[in-house]
Amino acid sequence: MGVISNGTTLLDAGALDSGVATGAMTLIKTITASSDSTISFVHGASSVVFDGTYKEYIFKCINMHASSDNSEAQEFEFNVSIDGGSNYNVAKTTTTFRSGHNESDSTTQLSYVGAYDLANATGFQGLTEGDGVDNDQCCSGTIHIFNPADTTFVKHFMSNFNVYRHNDFSANWYITGYANTTSAVNAVQFKYLGGNIDSGTIKLYGIK
Amino acid sequence: MAFVSNGTTILDAGAFSASLGSMVHIKTLTASSSGTLSFVDGSSSVVLDNTYPIYQFKFIDIHAGTDQVNFTFQGSTNGGSSYGTTMTTTYFRAAHREDGGETAFSYETDKDLAQSTSFQRLTHVQSSDNDGNSAGTLFLYNPSSTTFVKHFMSRTSLMQDGSYAFDSHMAGYFNTTSAINAIQFKMSSGNIDAGTIKLYGIKDS
Repeated sequence: MGVISNGTTLLDAGALDSGVATGAMTLIKTITASSDSTISFVHGASSVVFDGTYKEYIFKCINMHASSDNSEAQEFEFNVSIDGGSNYNVAKTTTTFRSGHNESDSTTQLSYVGAYDLANATGFQGLTEGDGVDNDQCCSGTIHIFNPADTTFVKHFMSNFNVYRHNDFSANWYITGYANTTSAVNAVQFKYLGGNIDSGTIKLYGIK
Repeated sequence: MAFVSNGTTILDAGAFSASLGSMVHIKTLTASSSGTLSFVDGSSSVVLDNTYPIYQFKFIDIHAGTDQVNFTFQGSTNGGSSYGTTMTTTYFRAAHREDGGETAFSYETDKDLAQSTSFQRLTHVQSSDNDGNSAGTLFLYNPSSTTFVKHFMSRTSLMQDGSYAFDSHMAGYFNTTSAINAIQFKMSSGNIDAGTIKLYGIKDS
């Protein structure tokens, strides 16, 4: 049975009519951290879709809070997999720059940060640096990954995060780069460099 | 006839009352050795008018047919008859070579425009290696305004010739109070060998 309103077919045959404009941003999966060492989104597992269904995927990380390691060395980081999550070690070349400003208004920063970029390296890429672990400190941000299922080109990604650092700075990090592989990327993992993800939410969206 | 569920009107008068999402896909163009890709309001199902206050273009796996060229764009105020609207823009970028031997982070005065009608680059010296490409987004704000200039902002990730990761940030405005009703993309030389450009509208309510 169809649903026709004012002469316009809106529903029929178990689906919205093709003429109905629907949202292009589809929520695929939400994972909430609770003292987890890692959070992984693996295509085909736990209802996660991360393949050629969408040409762009967006991760939104909200109020990510580290359990420990209140230091300059702490970072919220990610890596990708080409073997369904068995290994997270794909070579990446990246750029990193950030602006910063402390609460006491004595220091501002805008610079490339060579210590946090990767040059065809397989390690995890930091999305933030110096994350604080005070009760109200956290980081939030977004990562875009383009066409991960492609088997011709490298896979580009772009992120922008803001972090409340351990030394009471607001720091705004921009990371861009590519996974230097022509294999399909089919899983993404997030973790802190030290300790667990105490709390936080990561949402995965597909863009039609 | 309205469709009401649990006291909430889901649809009425030929349209859904319930939200179906604020980001609406309008059009996808796929390059195949294409000289240009154009989105013209009212042509080929493209909407680029006052239907949405914000439009977003997404570039995916843009591959140049020629080595060391730039992916560029321009706007039109005459429905795509010509693309030569005056722009003033800023451009800065971060770059890092695959062997780790070089990094860069700076404003690039040779890549911006000052009241120019030229095409604005979104990438710079793109690699045409088989696995080389670029991807990114371009926001265009209120293109149909006839009061204000029209702002845009882009961010693009690029594999630059010479094996660099390249994070390109560009912003500016079309310095016109005429409505912008078409956008064209092309390489600074040669064809767009392959790639996809998607246009979305962002609802304001």
